[in-house]
Amino acid sequence: MSTIGSDTVEQFVAADTGGRSTTIWWRAGAVTALLALLAALPLVASDYWLNAVLIPFLIMSLTALGLNLLMGYAGQASLGTGGFMLVGTYATYNLLLRLPELPLPVSLLLGGIISGLVGVIAGLPSLRIKGFYLVASTLATQFLLEWLFNQYGWFSNYSTSSSISAPRLAILGRDLSSPAGRYLLTLATVAVVTAIAVRLVRSQTGRTWMAIRDMDTAAAVIGIPVASGKLKAFFVSSLVIGIAGALWGFAYLGTVDARSFNLDRSFQVMFAIIIGGMGSIVGNYLGAAFMILLPILLDHVGTRLLGGAIDAGQLENFQRAFFGALIIWFLIKEPRGLAALLSQAAARLAPLIERRSRHLRGGRA
Amino acid sequence: MDMFEWKRKSRMRTIGRALGLATMATVASGAAHAEDAKTQYFPLATFRVGAYASSGIPVWAGEIDYFRYINEVEGGINGIKLVWDECETNWEVEKGVECYERVKAGKNGSPVPIFLPHGDPISKALTEKSVADKIPLVTIAYGRTEAIDGRVFPYSFPVVFSFWSEASSAVNFIAEKVGGKDKLKGLKIATVYHDSPYGKETQVPLAHLAKTYGFEDIQIPVPHPGNEQSAQWAKIRQLKPDWVFLRGWGVMTPVAIKTAAKVGFPVDHIIGGIWSGSEEDVRPAGAVAKGYLAITPFPAGADFEIHKKLKAHILDKGLSDLKDPKSFGSVYYNSGVDEAIIAVEAIRTAQAHFGVRPINGEEAQWGLEHLDLSEKRLAEIGATGLQQPLKLSIKDHEGGGAGKVLQWDGEKWNVVSNGWVKSDRDLLLPLIYERAAAYAKEKGITPRDATN
Repeated sequence: MSTIGSDTVEQFVAADTGGRSTTIWWRAGAVTALLALLAALPLVASDYWLNAVLIPFLIMSLTALGLNLLMGYAGQASLGTGGFMLVGTYATYNLLLRLPELPLPVSLLLGGIISGLVGVIAGLPSLRIKGFYLVASTLATQFLLEWLFNQYGWFSNYSTSSSISAPRLAILGRDLSSPAGRYLLTLATVAVVTAIAVRLVRSQTGRTWMAIRDMDTAAAVIGIPVASGKLKAFFVSSLVIGIAGALWGFAYLGTVDARSFNLDRSFQVMFAIIIGGMGSIVGNYLGAAFMILLPILLDHVGTRLLGGAIDAGQLENFQRAFFGALIIWFLIKEPRGLAALLSQAAARLAPLIERRSRHLRGGRA
Repeated sequence: MDMFEWKRKSRMRTIGRALGLATMATVASGAAHAEDAKTQYFPLATFRVGAYASSGIPVWAGEIDYFRYINEVEGGINGIKLVWDECETNWEVEKGVECYERVKAGKNGSPVPIFLPHGDPISKALTEKSVADKIPLVTIAYGRTEAIDGRVFPYSFPVVFSFWSEASSAVNFIAEKVGGKDKLKGLKIATVYHDSPYGKETQVPLAHLAKTYGFEDIQIPVPHPGNEQSAQWAKIRQLKPDWVFLRGWGVMTPVAIKTAAKVGFPVDHIIGGIWSGSEEDVRPAGAVAKGYLAITPFPAGADFEIHKKLKAHILDKGLSDLKDPKSFGSVYYNSGVDEAIIAVEAIRTAQAHFGVRPINGEEAQWGLEHLDLSEKRLAEIGATGLQQPLKLSIKDHEGGGAGKVLQWDGEKWNVVSNGWVKSDRDLLLPLIYERAAAYAKEKGITPRDATN
C-alpha cells in the first residue's frame, strides 16, 4: 500500500536543462507580477469577491497544500485534516485570548506549531501501519479531536455554546477586520507558506519524503531515515493545516465550533488534492479552485440561465449532479489530476510558441 | 405561472401607483429622496436540498405565501411591493456566508432591509459581518441568546423566543402542571440534548433555574446525529426523572420518542423543544408519539384569521408556494408566516419614521427596535393566537419570551397550555446582560447607549 500518492505529477514536468537560469528569472518575474496583481485586487474587488470567493479559495489552497505535503509527497494518507484545522483554530484563539501581547503572526505560527505537535502524535501509528489502515487511525484522530473541543469548555473560554469567535485581528496596531485586511492577511500567509513549501519539497527532506512514498522498504535499505521522515511530514503538514484552520475560522467565517471542521471537510480537502494533482504544488490551487470556485460559478450560471424557469430545489440538485459528473469526467480524462492536465497542455503548446517565435525572429533576420 | 413572470407582471401593474405614493410621501416629508427603486428587495436564504430540506420547505412556503398576500391583497407595504429571490445554503455556513455576500448590496437599487440566515451556525458567522454592513439579522427561535442585549449586538435580533426563554417556559409549564412553582422543589427534570452548540445553550439557564426553584437538573447529551439512543434512555430509566425536556434536531427527535416508548418512559412527560416540535418530528415516530408534548412559539393550526385570508387569496387561487397542501397550518408553515409578519411589520414601522419607500438595513434596525406588535395590531393582521404580543427595544431584542405547549394526538397538534407560557425573563435577563458584557469585553466593543 505504499503506492498511495505515487501517481504523481512531477515526473511529467519536462526537465528543462538548457537555459535554466533564464527560466528561473522568467518564473521569478511571473510570480512577483502575480503576487503584485493579487495584492492590488482589493482596490477593485467587491466585498463579495473578497469574502465569499477569494478568501475561501486561498485558505482551501493552503489546506490542500498541507495535506499534499503529507499525502502527495510523503505518501501517508490522512483523514484527520479537519481535526488539525480545529487544533490550529482553537490553539490560535487561546493564544490570542490568553496572551494578548503576542503579535498576530506569532500567535498564528504558534497555533500552527501546536497543531504540528498534535500531528506528530497522530502520526505515530504511521510507523507501524500503512495505507488504508493509516487512514483508519487518522479517522480516529478526527473524531477524537472533534469530541475534545466539544466536550471541554476551557478551549472555548466557557462560551455558552462552545463556539468561538475571532478576537480582534490586528498587526502593528493596524486593524485587519475589514474584508481587504482579512484578504491581505490570508494572501500574505499563503504566499509565505507556499514559498517555504516549494523550497522544502526540493530539499533533502522533500527527497526523503518522496523516497518513502515511492517505496519505504527500499528507502530504509539505502539508509533513508524513514521514521523521522514520516513524523516530519506529519509535523509540517499539520502545522500548515493548523494555520489554514485558524485563517478559516478568523479571516473567513468569524466563528467556529467543534463541528465546523468535521469529516466532510477532511474529505473535501482530500478530493481537492486528488483532483488538483498529488505531489504538485500548483495542483493545490487548481484543486481548491475546482472545489470552491466551480460550485459558485455553476450556481451563478444556473440562476442566470434557468432561475425562475424551474424549481429552486431542482436547480440546486441539478447543479450538484453536474458538478459530480465534472469530477468523474476530469478524473477519467486525467487520473493524475488537473496539474498533470495543465503540464501536458503546456508541453503541447511550448513547441508551437517556440516555432512561432523562431518564425518571427527568422522573419526579422 | 412561474414566480418571476408573476413578479414582473405585478410590478408592471403597480408601478404607477407606487410612483404616485412615493412622490406623495416625498413631497409630504419634504425630503427629496432620489430613490429609483419602488419595490422592497427581500432576499431569502433557503435550504431546499440537503439533510434538513424537509423541515425548511414548509417554512419558505409560509413566508412566500404571506409576502404574496401582502403584494396581491394589500398592494404591498403602504404600496411598496416586496420582491425576493432565493439563494440556496444547504444549511451550510460557507454557502450561507456566500449567499449573504451575494445579496447584501441589494438588487436594482433596492436595499436589503433584513437578512434571515435560517441556520444557527450561519447566524453566528454573520454576527460581525452584519454590523459592518448594517443589515439586521432576524433569527426567530435560534441564534446567540446574548444578542438580546442590543447594546452589544446592534444588528442581531433573536426575536420572540430565545433558547433560554424556551428552557424557562418549559419549566414553568411543568410548574403549571404540578400546581405552582413552589411544587417544583424536589422534582427531577432531565434534559436530553443534541450535543452541539445549539444543544448546550440551555445548560446555563437550567442550572440557574434549578438553583432558584430547587429541582434537580440532569443533563444527558446525545451525539450527532442521534440515531442511536439506547444508552441515554437506559440512563433515564435508571435515574427516573419526573419530566424529560427534549432538545433535539433532525432525526434525533423521532428516535428519542421511540426509544422512550421502548424503555417505558411516559411520552406525555416528555416536552420537546422548539426544534423537536413539528409534524416532521413526530410523524416518523408513529403511534407511540401520541401524547408527546412540545413547546413552541409557532402554534400549529389553520384556523387563525390570517390563514382564512391566505386560503382565500393565495392557496385557492393557486399562488401558494406549498407543494403539499397538508402542510398548510403546520408548525413550520406557521413559523414562516410568523417570520414574514415580523419582517413586514418592522419595515412598516421604519416606513412610518423614515418615509414610505424601500427601507435599508440601518432604517430596518430602527424599525425593529421600535417594533410594537400589540394585541390590537395582531388582531388587525389576523395573527391573534398565532403570534404573541411583541415589543422590542435597544436593550431587548427578544421582546416576547413566551411559548405555547402543544400535544400530539396522533393526527395533529393541539394547544394544551394555558395560553402563552411566559418565561422568567426578569430572572434570566441579568445573566444574559452579564454574558453580553463579557463578550463585549473580549471583543473590545463599546456598548451602545440605550437611552435614545
